[in-house]
Amino acid sequence: MEVLSIDNLCKSFGDKEVLKGVTLKVPENSIFGFIGKNGAGKTTTMKHILGLMKGDEGEIKVMNEKVVYGQTATNRFIGYLPDVPEFYGFMNAREYLSFCGEITGMEKKDINERSEKLLCAVGLDKEKHRIRGYSRGMKQRLGIAQALLNSPKLLICDEPTSALDPVGRKEILDILMSVREKTTVLFSTHILADVERICTDIAFLDEGSIKLSGKIADIKGKYRSDEYMIETEDEASRKVLLQKFDKLKEEKGQLESVLLFKETDYDIHTVLAFVAEKKLPVIKIERVEPSLENLFLEVVH
Amino acid sequence: MRTLIAFTKKEYMEQVRSRKLLVLGIIFIILGLMNPLVAKLMPKIMEGMADQLAESGLTVGEIKVTALNSWEQFFKNISTGLIAFVLLESGLFTREYQSGTLVLSLTKGLKRYKVVLAKIFVLLTLWTAFFWMTFIITYVYNDFYWDNSEASHLFFSGICWWLFGAWVISIMVLVSTVSKSGSGVLLGTGGIVFFIYLLGMIPKVEKYLEIKLTGGLKLVNGQSVVSDYIPALIITLIVSDVFFIASIFIFNKKSI
Ligand SMILES: Nc1ncnc2c1ncn2[C@@H]1O[C@H](COP(=O)(O)OP(=O)(O)O)[C@@H](O)[C@H]1O
Ligand SMILES: [Mg+2]
Repeated sequence: MEVLSIDNLCKSFGDKEVLKGVTLKVPENSIFGFIGKNGAGKTTTMKHILGLMKGDEGEIKVMNEKVVYGQTATNRFIGYLPDVPEFYGFMNAREYLSFCGEITGMEKKDINERSEKLLCAVGLDKEKHRIRGYSRGMKQRLGIAQALLNSPKLLICDEPTSALDPVGRKEILDILMSVREKTTVLFSTHILADVERICTDIAFLDEGSIKLSGKIADIKGKYRSDEYMIETEDEASRKVLLQKFDKLKEEKGQLESVLLFKETDYDIHTVLAFVAEKKLPVIKIERVEPSLENLFLEVVH
Repeated sequence: MRTLIAFTKKEYMEQVRSRKLLVLGIIFIILGLMNPLVAKLMPKIMEGMADQLAESGLTVGEIKVTALNSWEQFFKNISTGLIAFVLLESGLFTREYQSGTLVLSLTKGLKRYKVVLAKIFVLLTLWTAFFWMTFIITYVYNDFYWDNSEASHLFFSGICWWLFGAWVISIMVLVSTVSKSGSGVLLGTGGIVFFIYLLGMIPKVEKYLEIKLTGGLKLVNGQSVVSDYIPALIITLIVSDVFFIASIFIFNKKSI
């Protein structure tokens, strides 16, 4: 089932067309990476999903219910973390979560239990200070806690890692990974390494439309080449390999010890048998995967 | 209802923790104390100036101070309180637009009209509390030094001035639903009040204008009668309600 589907969403600001027919389906229990360059329209798309902006054309459904601008009932299914989350600085984290729980109509008991659990999960349970003095990373973590408070079906995070250092990024990605069982996660980013790390599904947004989307495994499968690479430990074994298999190629821009060959030239098992027979010291032998970066550059151009 | 209470609670917490409540409280207490004090000291001040005045050919007779002098101060000074109130509270809506704090509340399903209602409620309760605090302080001191029975229709003129304040607040709320910044709210509110003030210079229409409600002193010292104020009272009541309701409708359609 789809938690979210967007059909032909269009939006212009003045005469600037930002979204030109975005169509997207987010399946249940996926971690969905919404990828696009700065200014591609990721935030704009998310604001439409939340009913904070009125589209010129198109339809959005959350849990099969139509999203309405202004008074947006579908938001009860959604937890949202904006790109720069802003909280009431005069409260502390607990007070803020309590406030969030009350305005969503949660029971006092549930609020206390969930708050405690979530504050532990995001590492803010010992924090007594007011939010005013929080760092970017702390605000992002509190942002995730508030978004998850009423156990939403869909968690939407707008570039949750972009402004953080490597430690902060890892913390956020780990939290996103850990909520996956109960919640579908849609997060936008331009950091492809983050996507490689946790996403099950992706969509590339470029020039106002989705250029590519689907399960990462499927996409990689589709774009997978028939090439293998083999990396040897020393120069001598490389020579031995080259003597036996003369169609092995060195790759430009790669380490010298790396050799490439096509499936059509040699059977992988023949090569493996040879390596085993001669006891050649290899570092790795693998099927060449298209990197997201290459895919992205390919579809964007 | 619970969500409305929760949001209202947050508004009060902000008033307390940002010290607005404290600052405004002190201002209104000082205003309340100043009214009788200035009246009390008036003869001393005049005495001190008597020599100077005599030189310029004026003679100062004996000045008799009554509760009326203190009430005169009240109706003069309370506008300072209202201005301070508007200055400090002008950002009540716009701070939230600018920082983006409302986005999270609204995407959690908080109904927009509840945001407006909570803020109106907080503004009106604070204004009511501060205004009548100043009024009561003045009243009690006046009773202590002089006799309040010299002043007529005290409570009614108080109500009039209080309603004028509520009308100014309704303008502030309305402007807040369209303006992006606190200074825009100040400019808009000030502009509208000033415009009505200018209109009030025209004798024929003055009677129907909100600004009429600030003239309670004339009632207190017997220069005018209650019925003079009824048209303005009714009009202000209606206009304020219309402004509050319009704010809710505009806010519902606002892009946040
Ligand atoms: N309220 C707005 N008014 C005018 N232009 C806007 C507005 N919001 C976004 N844009 C424009 O739309 C484009 C997409 O913005 P955005 O969705 O924020 O991109 P992203 O989040 O992918 O970086 C940008 O060129 C931006 O300038
Ligand atoms: Mg963005």
